[in-house]
Amino acid sequence: MATIPTAIERHTIAVVVDNEPGVLARVIGLFSGRGYNIESLTVAEVERSTSLSRITLVTSGTPMVIEQIKAQLSRLVPVHTVKDLTEEGPHVERELALIKVAGTGERRIEALRLAEIFRARVVDSTISSFVFEVTGSSEKLDAFIELVAPIGLVELARTGIAAMSRGTDLL
Amino acid sequence: MTAGTTSTGSEARALNGAEIVLKALVDQGVEVIFGYPGGAVLPLYDALYLQNSIRHILVRHEQAAVHAAEGYARSTGKVGVVLVTSGPGATNAVTGLTDALLDSIPVVCLTGQVPTHLIGNDAFQEADTTGITRPCTKHNYLVKDIGKLARTVHEAFFVARSGRPGPVVIDLPKDILVGSGTYSSPDAVEHKTYRPRTEPAPEGIEAAAALLMSARKPILYGGGGIINSGPEASRLLGELVELTGFPCTLTLMGLGALPASDPRFLGMLGMHGTYEANHAMHDSDVMLAIGARFDDRVTGRLNAFAPHSKKIQIDIDPSSINKNVRVDIGIVGDVAASLKALIAVMKARGYKRDPKLLAPWWAEIDRRRARNCLAYSDTTKIIKPQYAIERLYALTQGHDTYVTTEVGQHQMWAAQFFKFEGPNRWMTSGGLGTMGYGLPAAMGVQIAHPDALVIDIAGEASILMNIQEMSTLAQYRLPVKVFILNNQYMGMVRQWQELVHGGRYSESYSEALPDFVKLADAFGATGLRVSAVSELDDTIRRMIETPGPVIVDVAVDPAENCFPMIPSGAAHNEMLLGPEDQATATSGAEEGMVLV
Ligand SMILES: Cc1ncc(C[n+]2csc(CCOP(=O)(O)OP(=O)(O)O)c2C)c(N)n1
Ligand SMILES: [Mg+2]
Repeated sequence: MATIPTAIERHTIAVVVDNEPGVLARVIGLFSGRGYNIESLTVAEVERSTSLSRITLVTSGTPMVIEQIKAQLSRLVPVHTVKDLTEEGPHVERELALIKVAGTGERRIEALRLAEIFRARVVDSTISSFVFEVTGSSEKLDAFIELVAPIGLVELARTGIAAMSRGTDLL
Repeated sequence: MTAGTTSTGSEARALNGAEIVLKALVDQGVEVIFGYPGGAVLPLYDALYLQNSIRHILVRHEQAAVHAAEGYARSTGKVGVVLVTSGPGATNAVTGLTDALLDSIPVVCLTGQVPTHLIGNDAFQEADTTGITRPCTKHNYLVKDIGKLARTVHEAFFVARSGRPGPVVIDLPKDILVGSGTYSSPDAVEHKTYRPRTEPAPEGIEAAAALLMSARKPILYGGGGIINSGPEASRLLGELVELTGFPCTLTLMGLGALPASDPRFLGMLGMHGTYEANHAMHDSDVMLAIGARFDDRVTGRLNAFAPHSKKIQIDIDPSSINKNVRVDIGIVGDVAASLKALIAVMKARGYKRDPKLLAPWWAEIDRRRARNCLAYSDTTKIIKPQYAIERLYALTQGHDTYVTTEVGQHQMWAAQFFKFEGPNRWMTSGGLGTMGYGLPAAMGVQIAHPDALVIDIAGEASILMNIQEMSTLAQYRLPVKVFILNNQYMGMVRQWQELVHGGRYSESYSEALPDFVKLADAFGATGLRVSAVSELDDTIRRMIETPGPVIVDVAVDPAENCFPMIPSGAAHNEMLLGPEDQATATSGAEEGMVLV
């Protein structure tokens, strides 16, 4: 019998589905019903004319579990394609965060300085707060959040990952 | 609005939603539906009243409607159809749907729903049916646009029967059923993208053929997928066995795929499978799994499962491959198509079976067979349940017989002692293990095969779970025979309590049982009772000869346990063969307690 690798791997999977009622519930129900992890999940319609949505999800498990997850996703009737971006080679992953930082004086200036380093945009400001918008890899977002936290982080919203393979390949 | 569901001419005449649904059913070849009315589906019942292409069987509980549809489907290969009302009608159907999902039975279930403008308002008899049934169906639909109604029904049938079959729910709001729309025919209705693969990849078949041809200790392990694939798949399994001379074992769901009388059949495998089958699995060097999913009842302890074998798996559902057991060659495809390709490749490579090569393996198997693992201590003092089934089997020879079961010890004894020579003759709740399955399933079988002898092998506890269906049998004069092995216990529960819980028989005694003879009488059926060994044969003969439904209450040994047994968490080669083994096994059973 082949030896079974048991190390936990993290995979980013792109799923194209019919944008019909209940489709997200089907995907999420599959993960909760079968005890799989979801680290991040994003979904939005990507083709209005054919009514297709794209779900990007990040999950983790042993190779056998990852294989199961993909097979189970493919089995859902409204699912068109399931693509394991992690397995298929180089791809880009991006996430967006809105970060509200409160503070005055020196702390304000420090926040702006950090924002500049991370290319975060100010999308709202009052005399005592900013809302920054930052995009990039999840690690970059983590790093920025960690740095602004002591300055006066009050609220955080993250979108989860959107991902796409590099080059001319289509899903 | 015009009545009738058969439109004349090809011009698209406006129909109401209910008429569209019925017309779609007729065009899908539906002859019978099992159902129960209620407010939300009254338009459908009205349309049913005004036509006569489809027969409606009025059950007495919606769960039974689904099991009846399952029995109908499993014994014919067609899709079973169910019609229930909103709210409690739909929730009552949930157990049946889950049963059909786990055993991959094609069922289309129409549920009524409150009108679309009331959905979400906690309206009378409103339930979130698509929400509730999402995890227990292969797919479900809520129809909100009458323009999509006909297409949705056609698509539901396509989804239910293609690939790995399963139950599909169509939730029908009442305003859709009374609204008017146009019908579209089923021609070329497929799903946009759902296209299960049926033809196997040639590379997999080539590799599988090479591996099988090199095997010294091969085993064929077949499951319910063979039955689902159709009779041709069973025929091809027979051909493969004939070609190779390989031993073959079948799961509970696969019984009948190879004739039980075939000398290469080792009996059922798994928790209550035979000694020879389980050991052959354990010791094999090449295993071919055919439409079987390595269920925990089959594999026993996973890390000790067939440790030395190379494994090949044929399954139409890619998610069944490498789910519990990692296989060396996974073949996604229909069983019949795959077996056909496999046999062709083996023949093309000039494969000839070599009895000498397999002789040592068969010698090993025959040694295990000689243990006679199904032997029980027979007596003339009390009817042993195994003996009752052996006699039932013997005395039904020559009849066109179908068997269903409830769930428990009697189910396992039926699987062990009733021999099936072909597919579609054996209906049992394997995956979900639903007590109350057998009687309604038998009803569905009898509807499909009006002249056949249909027997529900039952336990006294299980039969009470859907006993109301006796009334349905009476109404439609369905001559189903209910053969109760009455051991006055939830025997399977008692057996586990004996094995894992120190013999503390908590709540497993069948207290206050009804008088089954009087009960039969009350339902307009015939009731028979037997407790003397000497009268068993005569009673069975009377059961067969008596027209109409019959309940036979067979008083069997209340203490008998079902062997062989692989206790939960044990390996195939750690079987308990009888009460003697059980005595030594009970001590180390603590860790078995968490398992099911
Ligand atoms: C609906 C349902 N509830 C509970 C169980 C658990 N269970 C499995 S077998 C069994 C006892 C069945 O008793 P009986 O029908 O008398 O059969 P026996 O084992 O005695 O042959 C029970 C309670 C089940 N399988 N299904
Ligand atoms: Mg019992």
